[in-house]
Amino acid sequence: MVNKSVPAVEVTDLHVRRGKHPVLHGLSVSVPRGVVVGLLGPSGCGKTTLLRTIVGAQVVQSGTVTVLGREAGSASLRHRVGYVTQDASVYDDLTVRQNLQYFRAVLGAPRSDVDRVLALTDLSAQAGQLVGSLSGGQRSRVSLAGALLGSPDLLVLDEPTVGLDPVLRVELWTLFHQLAASGTSLLVSSHVMDEASRCDRLLLMRDGEILADDTPKGLLAATGTSDTEGAFLALIAQHPLAEPSGSAS
Amino acid sequence: MNPQRTLATAGRVLSQVRHDPRTIVLLLVVPSLLIGLLAWIFSDTPVFATIGPGMIALFPFIVMFLVTSITTLRERRTGTLERLLSMPLGKGDLILGYTLAFGLLAVAQSSVAVAFAVWVCGLEISGSIWLLLAVAVADAVLGTTLGLLASAFARTEFQVVQFMPALVFPQILLGGIFLPREQLPDVLRAISDWLPLSHAIDALQAVATDSQDAAYVGGELLIIGAWIVGAVVLGSVTLRRRTP
Repeated sequence: MVNKSVPAVEVTDLHVRRGKHPVLHGLSVSVPRGVVVGLLGPSGCGKTTLLRTIVGAQVVQSGTVTVLGREAGSASLRHRVGYVTQDASVYDDLTVRQNLQYFRAVLGAPRSDVDRVLALTDLSAQAGQLVGSLSGGQRSRVSLAGALLGSPDLLVLDEPTVGLDPVLRVELWTLFHQLAASGTSLLVSSHVMDEASRCDRLLLMRDGEILADDTPKGLLAATGTSDTEGAFLALIAQHPLAEPSGSAS
Repeated sequence: MNPQRTLATAGRVLSQVRHDPRTIVLLLVVPSLLIGLLAWIFSDTPVFATIGPGMIALFPFIVMFLVTSITTLRERRTGTLERLLSMPLGKGDLILGYTLAFGLLAVAQSSVAVAFAVWVCGLEISGSIWLLLAVAVADAVLGTTLGLLASAFARTEFQVVQFMPALVFPQILLGGIFLPREQLPDVLRAISDWLPLSHAIDALQAVATDSQDAAYVGGELLIIGAWIVGAVVLGSVTLRRRTP
C-alpha cells in the first residue's frame, strides 16, 4: 500500500524568512522512507524552521515541500505526520494519561493506543502523575508519546534527546530504529554530533544550507575523518561562508 | 469540525481547571464577594436596588474575559496550539471546546452570583429569576468569547491583561451603571447602543424591575448571542495553522 518509491519528504528550492532574517535560502533535500534520518547542525542553522515547514506550521516564501506524496500541511497529512516540538508541548496541569487521552481523541486513534505509547516511552509508572511534576526528560517523553499515537507514517522530532541521560538516549534511539523497521520514516534533529552515528542517513546543515546528505560511513569516507564532528569541521572548511568578514581566519 | 473533538477539547479544559482548585474557588466566590461589598457600601440607600442587577452582569463578564484570554494565550505560548493545529483538530473545535468549557463554568459562577445577590444581599427581583440567570449566563459566555478573541491579538501575558481595560472598561463606563444611558451625550449614546454589555445591563435591569415583557429581554439576549457568535467566528479565523 505504501509506495516506497515516493520519498517521505521532498523539498525543492525552499525559501523561508522568519521576521526580517532569511533562514532558508533555496534549500533542496529529500528524506527517504522507512529509515532514521538525522538532521544535524549547530543551533540557529535553520533545523527547526525546516521541520516546521515539513509539518506545515511555517509560512514559506517560495519553493515546494511534498510530504508522503502530498503538499506539506494538507489536511490528509494531519493523521499521518507526528510532530514533536523542541520544548515539550504538553499540558502541565494534566496527568500524563490525560494528556495522551486528549491527543488520542483529537487524532481519533484507538483507545488502547494510550497504553501502547506509555509502554513504548517507558512512562507507564508515571501515567497518573501531573506532567508539571515530572523531570524535564520525562516531560519530553510525554511529548514524544503524544506523537506516537495513531502510529503516524512520518515522525518529525525536533531534538527529542536533549536533556536525557545516556541510558535513556540509547533506549530512545533503539525505539526509533524499531519504528523505522516497522515502516515509519523518521526525521530527527540534533545538535549533538555524537548522535549522528546512530542514524541511517545524515543531513548536515549549516546556515540554512545542507552541506552533506550521506550515510554516516559514507560521510566519514568522503571527508577522510574518523568521527562526525571531524567530518562536519572538514565540510565547513570546504564550504567557507560567503560573507565579506571571512578574511580573518 | 467534529463534535467528538469539540467535546474532547471541552473535557480537557475542564480537567485542567479541576487540577487547580484555587482558581475554581476564586471563580465562584469573587463575584459574589464584590456584589456583597457593594450591597454593604450602599446599605442605607436605595442605590443597590438600581445598580445591583448591572453588577450581576459586570463581574462574571470581567472574570471570564480575563480567565479565558490568559488560558488561551498560554496555549499559544507553550506550543500546544501549534501541536494541535498540526493534528486533525478543526479551529472551530478548539474555539467551541473552550466556549463550552468556560460557558459551563460561567453557568456555575452566575448561579452563585445571582443566588448570593438575591438571597443574601436582598436584591429585589420583580421579574423571573430564571430569565435573570439566563441573561447573566449569556453575559459570562460573552466575556469568554471576547477573551478568546482578544488572546489572538496578544503575544504576551502583559499585553493580554491590557486588553481588559481597553475592551472592557469602555463598555462598563457606557453601559448605564454610572449614568443612565438616556442621559449620555448623543454620540456616546449611539456608541453604547452597539456595545454588548449595554444590552446585558438593560436586560438585567428590565428583569429586576419587571418593566418590560419577555420579548424585550429575548431581543436583548439575541443581540448578546449575535456578539457571541461573531466573536467565535472571528476567533476561529484568527487561528492560523501556519505562522511566520
